[in-house]
Amino acid sequence: MTGFLPKRAMGLLALGVSLIAGSASARDLTVVAWGGSSQAAQREVYYRPFTEQTRVPLLEDSWSGGLGILRTRVQAGNPTWDVVQVESDELQLGCDEGLYERIDWAALGGRDAFMPEAVSDCGVGAVVWSVGLTYDGSRLRDAPASWADFWNTQRFPGQRTLRRGPKYTLEIALMSDGVPQSEVYRVLRTPAGVDRAFRRLDQLRPNIVWWTAGAQPGQLLASGEVVMAAAYTSRMFAARRDDRRDFRVVWNGSVYAVDHWVVLRGSQNRDNAMRFVQFATRPENQSRFPTLAMQGVTNLRAARQVDPAVATSLPTHPDNLAVAVSLDVEFWVDNIEELTQRFNAWAAR
Amino acid sequence: MRRTLPQLSNWLLVLPLFLFSAGIFVAPIALMLLRSVQDPELAAAFPRTAAELARWDGQDLPRPEAMSTFITELRGVRGTDRISFAANRLNADISGFRSMLLRTARMLPQADGGDAAETLRRIDARWGERSTWTAMRRASGPVTDYFLLAALDLQRDDDGAVAAVPAERAVFVGVFLRTLWVSILVTGFCLLLGYPLAYLLASLPARYANPLLVLVLIPFWTSVLVRTTAWIVLLQRDGLVNGLLRRIGLIEQPLTLIYNRTGVLIAMVHVLLPLMILPLYSVMKGIGRAPMLAAMSLGARPFEAFLRVYLPQSRAGIGAGCLLVFISALGYYVTPELIGGGGDQMISYFIAFYTNRTTNWGLAGALSLILLLATGLLYIAYARLSRATGPAR
Repeated sequence: MTGFLPKRAMGLLALGVSLIAGSASARDLTVVAWGGSSQAAQREVYYRPFTEQTRVPLLEDSWSGGLGILRTRVQAGNPTWDVVQVESDELQLGCDEGLYERIDWAALGGRDAFMPEAVSDCGVGAVVWSVGLTYDGSRLRDAPASWADFWNTQRFPGQRTLRRGPKYTLEIALMSDGVPQSEVYRVLRTPAGVDRAFRRLDQLRPNIVWWTAGAQPGQLLASGEVVMAAAYTSRMFAARRDDRRDFRVVWNGSVYAVDHWVVLRGSQNRDNAMRFVQFATRPENQSRFPTLAMQGVTNLRAARQVDPAVATSLPTHPDNLAVAVSLDVEFWVDNIEELTQRFNAWAAR
Repeated sequence: MRRTLPQLSNWLLVLPLFLFSAGIFVAPIALMLLRSVQDPELAAAFPRTAAELARWDGQDLPRPEAMSTFITELRGVRGTDRISFAANRLNADISGFRSMLLRTARMLPQADGGDAAETLRRIDARWGERSTWTAMRRASGPVTDYFLLAALDLQRDDDGAVAAVPAERAVFVGVFLRTLWVSILVTGFCLLLGYPLAYLLASLPARYANPLLVLVLIPFWTSVLVRTTAWIVLLQRDGLVNGLLRRIGLIEQPLTLIYNRTGVLIAMVHVLLPLMILPLYSVMKGIGRAPMLAAMSLGARPFEAFLRVYLPQSRAGIGAGCLLVFISALGYYVTPELIGGGGDQMISYFIAFYTNRTTNWGLAGALSLILLLATGLLYIAYARLSRATGPAR
């Protein structure tokens, strides 16, 4: 061989390639969730028991969402994640793009065993979470009861915190302005409704501190920096339990959504991944989750078996669902880009 | 043959690095930037419709044949990923297009019959609007200026003329200017703080200078995320800084130092300061004390000696430090995201948003391209400027 590469170099190259390929072929089942108290609870009730019962080793990872991340992993082939907890919009878009394996509902006990929002071709509902009005009962003697109170800076002086972004924030602004829960998305689908939401935010602007990470509202409430927060209810109840905080949640006007388990297409651990999804959605396993995570579950039998002491603190409790808004996935898939641009243009003014 | 052998092995030694940077760095960036002018999604899903729309003059509505072609193709791609990609592309132009297209595909009658335009209009009235079809024509590819225009808050109207987007959506030009401004401020503050410190380090004897240098290097080796989070703890309302200021009686009400521009500047200056100090230090180390002493022995006062002798000699360090800090600051993402408020996000925030969140890679590519071009232009201007004023050595 008198070409560009001497024989030995070719041999080394081939060895290198085979080493890289070899190291990629034996990979443990990898489950990816959203970190924090929710993933800690999953570790306890899903990950460890699954490995103990099936002898399948399980690696965990966490992420904070984003369809782009999943798309690049699947398109590159042989993704290094197998099971991922995704939000409803990622479920919808990714399913349309063929990023996920199909769910075998018969193996999960049938579609009817789950709440309707948890059922789709590509994913199984994993947790039900919500964003609601919260405050520190040890600081606020006068209890707020609605988003209108959130906007009432006369009766409740001080700062408030909202998530920096249009999602939930615009819904909340409209509800504070007197739009009933059932009408929120009908109003938001009109240009006048969007204008109305931003005008309402204008009124509160000097009193808003924005949060970006889910842990921030609790810290801001605890330090007294804000008097009220639009926050993940589960984190508030976890702080109540673990840090003895007197955080209280107003369910009226809370916004809830379902996260889903999906299995990435081309996963080399596909069978074990599906086994994990089955394991993590069985009623006897799911029913233990809310006590730890303070989030709702999707298997109807599991929901009935939840510890009654915890049940009233969950988004899935009938009394809480009755006054809540279900996050409109289609609306946000359609409008997230335009409204994020508009939100940022508004925030910078 | 003998003489070329060492050359060949030199090349072979460089080859892994070359392949690595080509594969990991150059190619992905080139592909990302290419996306800002490519527009393949609509034509992939509806090739014949795209061809029809390219022939359409853009007045009134496309002819009925085009509409029935579209219906046929829409039926064909139902349930595939191609329709989803096309729907995303159209939704970027007109919000709500995605759900309209998918719903239309679902609701199409199985058999052809009657007026195609009427069939579409009955499913959704927007199919009877010219702007729906001009948006599709804009997306029919294969190349487009849509993303580049959008990255500059511009769009093409229904007649194809370039116009500004509605004021409430215009965000990117402001963000680019903000990115530049924040980077300039950060560079300026870094120079103000870093220059005296580097001077001190360079003039101290090694047994004092080395421990101080380690204090510069430890933060340099610490993760940006850790340093940023530390600033949150320091700057918050009940944080250490406010506590200290209150205790010594400088303020009564706590200052708002975080979730605003002040916090972003404080944290970014701290994070980037080593990038200023290190090049300054290495240049100053080479200058030594002799020139200053010589100038003063010739009658210059210390300040004059500094201004006319030392400062010009340290210019290479200033240039390198400012360039490093400025260009790093342009791409900053984590610090403004965590410490900034609503009006402090820089352009990388949007690039990440369109890459990871909404998969509008065309717009992400266009924003990146403009950022890269701006950085390149500034670098060229700097190189020209420093050559014009002559080398300092």
